[in-house]
Amino acid sequence: MPRRERLSVVGVEPVGAYALLRLARGGIDPGTPGQFFMLEAPGRVLPRPLSLCLAPPAELHFLIDPIGPGTEALSLLARGDTIAVYGPLGNGFELGVERPLLVGGGIGMAPLPYLAEALRFPPAILGFRSERHAEAAALMPGAEVVIDPVFVTDVLPAGYDVLACGPEAMLRALPPGAQLAWEAPMACGYGACYGCAVEIEGELKRLCVEGPVLATAA
Amino acid sequence: MQRLLNASGCLDALVAPEVARQLDGFVTKTITPLPREGNAPPRIAETAHGMLNAIGLANPGRGRFLAEHLPRLRELGLPLWISVGGFCAGDFAETCAELADVEAVELNLSCPNVDEAADSAAEIVAACRSATPLPLYAKLSAAHADVAEVARAVADAGADGLSLINTLRGLTLDPHTHLPVLARGSGGLSGPSLKPVALHAVHACYAATHLPIVGMGGVASAQDVVDMVACGARDVALGTALFADPEAPRRIRGELSGVDFEGVFARAHVATSPRVVAV
Repeated sequence: MPRRERLSVVGVEPVGAYALLRLARGGIDPGTPGQFFMLEAPGRVLPRPLSLCLAPPAELHFLIDPIGPGTEALSLLARGDTIAVYGPLGNGFELGVERPLLVGGGIGMAPLPYLAEALRFPPAILGFRSERHAEAAALMPGAEVVIDPVFVTDVLPAGYDVLACGPEAMLRALPPGAQLAWEAPMACGYGACYGCAVEIEGELKRLCVEGPVLATAA
Repeated sequence: MQRLLNASGCLDALVAPEVARQLDGFVTKTITPLPREGNAPPRIAETAHGMLNAIGLANPGRGRFLAEHLPRLRELGLPLWISVGGFCAGDFAETCAELADVEAVELNLSCPNVDEAADSAAEIVAACRSATPLPLYAKLSAAHADVAEVARAVADAGADGLSLINTLRGLTLDPHTHLPVLARGSGGLSGPSLKPVALHAVHACYAATHLPIVGMGGVASAQDVVDMVACGARDVALGTALFADPEAPRRIRGELSGVDFEGVFARAHVATSPRVVAV
């Protein structure tokens, strides 16, 4: 069950171009890989939806790309600060797959370290726009890394059950039958605002309650 | 104390019943005669002290709402306020005629994200007045030169109360592309930046009509609730605050324990009465 709690910041560590926000877990359940949490962004009106990156004992880790005022405020938190966290929310990845292959693009790699743990470290391919962004692959030991202009779809082997998260163009380029974690701006994260509608297979879906992980037709 | 409600379109009680149960009544998303999928994404964008939305009245349409959603909403056991929308007076009146056994009907006369109804607010209220004996609340926009004049017109047409205010139309740009963030271009502004506008509208409309008012617009704390009541609101609704904190109603109610609302409201009455000017 989702719950809302104020959690303490354990630390914020730079990971290439990104920041890894470490929170004390409190009474919050880490949920299934691919589920997300709404994190209070200090000084902003709306919280930010972030999927869980790692769940070591007593902590919750979130990988943040500081691209706007909310994610920037989150990346500037310091040890001892507290923020309200609400979750876990939405539907995560279906873990009962035979030959998993994890595919991540940029900050879309965020939920994959936690997913890799749950699936006992299956093969993974990560794509990044620069060497500096690619430093985040350190969170996924053993992953194959490609850097723009090479795309993950250029090196994708056949015959796997793909579980992916990344930019929309990457998700739409993946073969049918994949489990895809989508992204959209969200105000609430729990079905109240109707803001996170995304058109998938000709239908507008509220990503927070019907996703963020959706399976495409095989 | 007075009732704490949600602003229409800011909560789905069927998906989040535990949030709805913290309220004294649930206001539905606006129901139109035909189903509407809503606007293309992106539909929301945060602004410096608020947010814009251009959802576009996404709803299942009157038929499916009455057959499928309303019976499930009744199971929650909460007083229900049905928000009704449309594109002419007949649209609104036909939906009103099909409603019974609900707390009130809120007429959405002011959605900024669809083309406006061709008929005036007063014509729509008058048509609905002949269609239903249910309490009718007219939801107005503050985007009028004189919102009190609209309030007087809907009062004369038979409105039992006012819901003040709806979002105000706004625009925000992507700093890199200089294009609107929202696919529709403009959207409705809500959140803290709306509060002074809402307080003014409540104050002016209460002075003009003395109708019961549901005050809303930037309410996120007990102080905001007290301010609304001090301006003449009987009841108060939460909108954007619910997005940031699904426990906001419980928190605010806790902060309000012990507030003398009758006293605060009485001051509103004094403040909006004509003043004697010494000469």
